[in-house]
Amino acid sequence: MTTTVLAAEEFVPPSAPDFWQPLVGDGAFAITRPMVLMVLSVVVLAVVMMAVTRRLAVVPGRGQYRAEGVYGLVRNSVARDVIGQEHFKPYLPLLFTLFTLILLNNLFGIIPVLQYPTMSRIGFPLALALAVYVVYLVAGVRRRGATGFVKSLVPPGLPWWVVPVVFILEMVTFLITRPVTLTLRLFGNMFAGHILLLLFALGGEFLLLHGDGIIKIVSIPAFLMFFLFTAFEILIAFLQAYVFILLASVYIAEVYSDAH
Amino acid sequence: MTGDIAILGYGLSAIGPGVGIGLIFAAYVAGVARQPETRGVLQTIAILGFVLCEQLAIFGIALAFVFSGQ
Repeated sequence: MTTTVLAAEEFVPPSAPDFWQPLVGDGAFAITRPMVLMVLSVVVLAVVMMAVTRRLAVVPGRGQYRAEGVYGLVRNSVARDVIGQEHFKPYLPLLFTLFTLILLNNLFGIIPVLQYPTMSRIGFPLALALAVYVVYLVAGVRRRGATGFVKSLVPPGLPWWVVPVVFILEMVTFLITRPVTLTLRLFGNMFAGHILLLLFALGGEFLLLHGDGIIKIVSIPAFLMFFLFTAFEILIAFLQAYVFILLASVYIAEVYSDAH
Repeated sequence: MTGDIAILGYGLSAIGPGVGIGLIFAAYVAGVARQPETRGVLQTIAILGFVLCEQLAIFGIALAFVFSGQ
């Protein structure tokens, strides 16, 4: 048996390059699969939201009822509880858009045929995190002014020699850690979840087609795990969309808290 | 045996968050068992703690793929 045949028989685990899927063109200006999915998600959301809110009624129909359920989750249990009664209104459109967009794009990871979580390419969560970043910085500067905002980073009542250290730490948290973690959390969860699905699917296929004799049976638990983790991904999709707007509103809420 | 030592680093980085998330949800369960009416408030706090803890493991997996194959 030659080495080339041996290489074909070996199992190739899924890795990061599997997520690079250009549809048109190649290189930096290629139109890739996540780009198409992102456009699709925007179109779907726009059509659905306009359809369910065209004729708003006091007694809601089925579509309006469901849309109000999602809106109520964002408005009541995230924005109002975290940001506070007086200040949450201007941020509702942003939070609701982020929630629906991230949720739909995450669910694309398990919808058959689409089956690609858009957020597993780091550019997409990065753009969303930067939007939140700009919003909470601008909100902070608007509320306190540039110098007041910088001063508010350090909690009052510290001994003078701690102030520079705390200031640097808070500055790094505000300007670097928050956007980076916001991006990496969404990206990492969707990427790791999808690579796990790929592993079970490819592993099961390899065992079934290339395993000999009794080994073929082992592919059954691999496929079972694939189904199990597909169901688990629905939970993760909801949780990550929820967590993204929860953290966004926590960052915005800090602008309005006077204790810090 | 072949493999990538970067993935081993991911395994190590998952230990801390694993313990931490366990502690957070243990405290959440205990809190809800003592005072079931605080469930809504505690849930938000628990999820917030969970994601702040989880981000270390997420850094781990991101860096594992960055440094693999070098």
